[in-house]
Amino acid sequence: MSTRQQSKIIYSWYGNPMSSDRKLRTLQYKGIIIKSERSRTETCIQLGDFILVEGENADQPFVAQLLDLYEDGAQEKHAVVQWFSHITEIPQNKRKLLKREVSPQEVFFDQVSCYDTDIAVETIIKSVMVIPLHLGEELPVSLNKEQIFYVKQSWDGKCFKALSPDTFSKLKEANKKGGGIPNSSNSFIPSDIISPVKKERERVVRSATKPNNVELEIESKHSASKSSLAKERHSQRVAHGTKTPTARKKLQLNSPTRSKGRMLGCEVLELLDDDCDAVAPLEPSATKRKVKFTGILGSPPKVPCANDKSKSICDTAEHWQRFSDTIQLSPYSKVKECSEKAKNLRTKDDTISLVGHQKVGSQSPVLTPRSRRICAQNTSARIREQISILNTLELNQEEDFLSSSDDSYSSSSEDEESDVLCTPEKKTKSSRVFSTPKSRKSSVHTPAKALKKTPLPGTPKTPWNATPEIPRRNHATQKPASILEEARLRLHVSAVPESLPCREEEFQDIYNFVESKLIDGTGGCMYISGVPGTGKTATVHEVIRCLQQAAENDDLPSFQSVEINGMKLTDPHQAYVQILELLTGQKVTATHAAVLLAKLFNTPGPKRKTTVLIVDELDLLWTRKQNVMYNLFDWPTQKHSKLIILAIANTMDLPERIMMNRVASRLGLTRMSFQPYTYKQLQQIISSRLNSVKAFEEDAIQLVSRKVAALSGDARRCLDICRRATEICEFASRKRTPEIVRMAHVTEAIDEMFSSPYINAIRNASLHEQIFLKAILAEFRRAGVEEATVQQVYHQHVALCRIEGMQSPTVSEIMAVCSRLGACRLLLVESSNKYLHMRVRLNISQDDVMYALKDE
Amino acid sequence: QVQKILRERFCHHYATGKLFGIERQYRHLLELLKRTTVHGESNSALIIGPRGSGKTALLNHVLKELTEMKQVKENLLEVHLNGKVKGNCQFFMKNHFLSGLLQTNDKVALKEITRQLHLENVVGDKVFGSFAENLAFLLEALRKGDRTSSCPILFVLDEFDLFVHHKNQTLLYNLFDISQSAQTPITVIGLTCRQDILELLEKRVKSRFSHRQIYLMNSFDFKQYIRIFKEQLSLPAEFPDESFAQKWNNNIQHLSEDKTVKDVLQNLFHYTKDLRSLHLLLMLAVSTVTVRHPLIAASDLQEASKQIRMDSKANIVHGLSVLEICLIIAMKHLNDVYEGEPFNFQMVYNEFQKFIQRKAHCMYNFEKPVVMKAFEHLLQLELVKPIERPSVRAQREYLLMKLLLDNNQIMDALQAYPNCPTDVKQWAASSLSWL
Repeated sequence: MSTRQQSKIIYSWYGNPMSSDRKLRTLQYKGIIIKSERSRTETCIQLGDFILVEGENADQPFVAQLLDLYEDGAQEKHAVVQWFSHITEIPQNKRKLLKREVSPQEVFFDQVSCYDTDIAVETIIKSVMVIPLHLGEELPVSLNKEQIFYVKQSWDGKCFKALSPDTFSKLKEANKKGGGIPNSSNSFIPSDIISPVKKERERVVRSATKPNNVELEIESKHSASKSSLAKERHSQRVAHGTKTPTARKKLQLNSPTRSKGRMLGCEVLELLDDDCDAVAPLEPSATKRKVKFTGILGSPPKVPCANDKSKSICDTAEHWQRFSDTIQLSPYSKVKECSEKAKNLRTKDDTISLVGHQKVGSQSPVLTPRSRRICAQNTSARIREQISILNTLELNQEEDFLSSSDDSYSSSSEDEESDVLCTPEKKTKSSRVFSTPKSRKSSVHTPAKALKKTPLPGTPKTPWNATPEIPRRNHATQKPASILEEARLRLHVSAVPESLPCREEEFQDIYNFVESKLIDGTGGCMYISGVPGTGKTATVHEVIRCLQQAAENDDLPSFQSVEINGMKLTDPHQAYVQILELLTGQKVTATHAAVLLAKLFNTPGPKRKTTVLIVDELDLLWTRKQNVMYNLFDWPTQKHSKLIILAIANTMDLPERIMMNRVASRLGLTRMSFQPYTYKQLQQIISSRLNSVKAFEEDAIQLVSRKVAALSGDARRCLDICRRATEICEFASRKRTPEIVRMAHVTEAIDEMFSSPYINAIRNASLHEQIFLKAILAEFRRAGVEEATVQQVYHQHVALCRIEGMQSPTVSEIMAVCSRLGACRLLLVESSNKYLHMRVRLNISQDDVMYALKDE
Repeated sequence: QVQKILRERFCHHYATGKLFGIERQYRHLLELLKRTTVHGESNSALIIGPRGSGKTALLNHVLKELTEMKQVKENLLEVHLNGKVKGNCQFFMKNHFLSGLLQTNDKVALKEITRQLHLENVVGDKVFGSFAENLAFLLEALRKGDRTSSCPILFVLDEFDLFVHHKNQTLLYNLFDISQSAQTPITVIGLTCRQDILELLEKRVKSRFSHRQIYLMNSFDFKQYIRIFKEQLSLPAEFPDESFAQKWNNNIQHLSEDKTVKDVLQNLFHYTKDLRSLHLLLMLAVSTVTVRHPLIAASDLQEASKQIRMDSKANIVHGLSVLEICLIIAMKHLNDVYEGEPFNFQMVYNEFQKFIQRKAHCMYNFEKPVVMKAFEHLLQLELVKPIERPSVRAQREYLLMKLLLDNNQIMDALQAYPNCPTDVKQWAASSLSWL
């Protein structure tokens, strides 16, 4: 879909080459024309104009000033730009330097040197206005906020500065120049385009039964799902299409109550304008309903600004979702504010809200202003808090809007667009349908509704605003009282040590690897292996932490780090979703996320930081076609990806064993393996953790580390044993003064953890169970096979009972004994439906059984 | 009929009151949970013991004491304990054929946890969203907490071995991982009866598990067993009718010294140390108590034990017709001749015919379809079992079968069988020599 759309957009030079550089074989131009075939719009952008450039996150385009346009030898169109940084692009920790609130319309003159100022022309979206302001100045209130950005300060990666006078004047000049041009870039809509759209619309309105309609809806849903990238043109078309004549027609019907409708209209406008702050609130192809809405919304700003049409760029679906909370809220607050002006409406609302079913309300949070209101009314107190914050903000803006919409209304008699303002009245009508005792669902199927139906899922979705949080505890945790408790705290695996002893070499290797890649701005992979509990993940985290610190001190270019864990994914393909969410905050399906990520890493992103991706438990990302692993390791090899992957797994030869050749070859040869800890290292780890706390005997530590090193070299195990030993010690010395952990305690802890339970289990079994085991041994010896049926064992059992002089058990009892031993897994038994013929095998060695039974 | 209330109290497993012989384990678990609640320390442990060894009882006792103790100590902590959630995720996967079922179970477990934690994405009583979303949400929620500020959570995984079979052991990995990292303090407690549970854990999961295992064995001897028996039966001091209680308790004391009772108990004890079977026995005995028969007698216990030890298959044989008995005897002979090789109906019929022709004087020669009918009845009673599933092609007469009875069982049943013709008995007792 996205490629199809891109093909519809033609970039061509404006005018003839101004100059050419022979040496570099470049041709320079003074402007570029962006032509969208679909909507037949043409935009001309000239040097000095301010433009929006596609970013990695579709709802956050970059702002830049066009400085140069040229075509290189390979006939690729390039542009040189001066960047402006949005507040969100500035690192969190540096934002504090600003010491003031920043409005979403404000950008910063970017003087960071490391950004690539050479971009491909195809990434330009459209032109915008950037107005320079002095530091003290307030932002002027404007109607189409999303079109105009303000610049007050510059940003050079370390601190903010006021704009120097010459940049200021330059910007101002450029702005003036830019102000003149938009007229020429006015878009035009041939009437033959609009009429089919109109027809479509009307058809939809007429009935919901026609198959075409269904098709249409499907199409709109379809596009909604993909709405994120480069949809601007498409949505433009939709936006134009949705200035629908039908809507206008409807309006004329309800002229008597126009004034009220107007009130409502401006409310709606306002809330949408306010909430979707960055770019235009036009909801692209998201849904029919939304589209209709946005058509209405987009229009009022057109009155004051004639060139708006071309600029009415829409936001993406993701953006919409993000803001849907706030959008839901605002009508409610608005209702309060406007209650005096629109009392009639208000009362209606109330009845609706009474009738409206709660669930339905939450199902269709963006249906009509009314349903939104219901929805808002249903939201919890948490939202109320946000309202109060919003209220203050919106109160100011409301006044502007009132006046502006008044203006637009006065001119509405000849201006088509402002008629659209009255559409809300139409909605009042449709919402009256709701207030009838009919069930909500049936009203949804009325033609008017069918148009407005949103493709929301049938089940109530998890609320977007749910914050993942565990309830707080009401009582403070106790501080460790004794030395042993203190030691236990330090020995817990979760305790983060100040440094990682015994992994200095590995640390340095990984650090150097990532550092060099960061400095070069290239990508690469590293594969790290080692048995569990050897500190792989801890070391990698430590490296990232150190690098981040270095980046903060500006020793290194800043980077982003993302971590995924194969075990924490439900499905390998979910890896895409997680990576994308961590990178950009978007929530999409797995396949879509894969497409977006591929686009992100394969295309030259102008201002992208290097990404360090940690893939833990790599082996679980294995799929039959291995496409997840293939993609992961393919991205770093792309020229522009700037992606560094640190893959962690247990097996050293994982690439050879489970990966296909093409995957393994992309993984490269940078490998590292973490050896299991030796006893000396374990000893060092424990003592470094204990630090100054004197809770252990030296010998005790040595015993533990030797024992663990001999078994697995797992540091976790080692720490767990020590922790258990402190408990035993504490338990033993309860009465007397607390002492330090001695050998005896450690030995007990080790025994507890490593002793085989079987022998003990056999010794504590009942007499018949023991005899049964003996009978099994006897039968095995007789038959010479390590497997017997219950019937055979039963005969042996009876014989043994006779020798012991005991009452011989019945078959039912034997079966019960057998199944009990089977449940403990002392025996392996077949499923019990074979009764006497089920086969029995020992789960432990015969010697163990003999040993366990002999002592009796 | 006050005694009836009493016996109900006895024989429901949950309220059995005291724990026997597991004080050490009890202390251990109590300490563990106390540290979680008080210090916010994360832990994981497994309670392993055979069925009926009191794993759940132990845990319930510990939890009860924990709540009580805090209430006594200070009221502040009580609220905090109320916030504690017991994620009792219990699944019985009867159906092993569907591998998709396993994954669903992890999904269901996750939803259940979210629901019990009352996280904010719970709508009403239900949790929506995809599996992946839920997992991400839960992990995020647990990651946000830290040792000092969040409420500790206790996860109890009953039938722990079934969780091991979930795909990738995702749930276990994540729970153990959280318990080993500086996130919300949680304690994971698994209950299982499998001794080999640790070998079932995946290596990464195993590394994250703290290897605390609390073993419960029924490690008491017969004297203790008698004491338990006494304690289980005696009436408490707060029983309304004091004189009756005295009488009852004296009777119990008397019973525990009685020879026959001791024999009965000894048998049961040899057979199994499981306290649940003792409860079952007592239940049967107590149910004979009525107004006219107010005290338990030794004979009651004997009767009950007889009932428990009954052989189910042999019982079925008692209800068979003579023809069916004859068929079973024929099968027994076939088993003797062919040493347990499977047989088919035709062989059994031939054997039966031989018997009729040579020996039978009182037996009527049945038609083949009638014999077939009798044979099918045995099949339905599962006294014989086909080796392979009946297919369309194989004729029913030639389907290979196996007898699910042992020779001893047949002979025993025959002894007890009323009005059995003597020649049938003779035939059964005769060995190969009669040919």
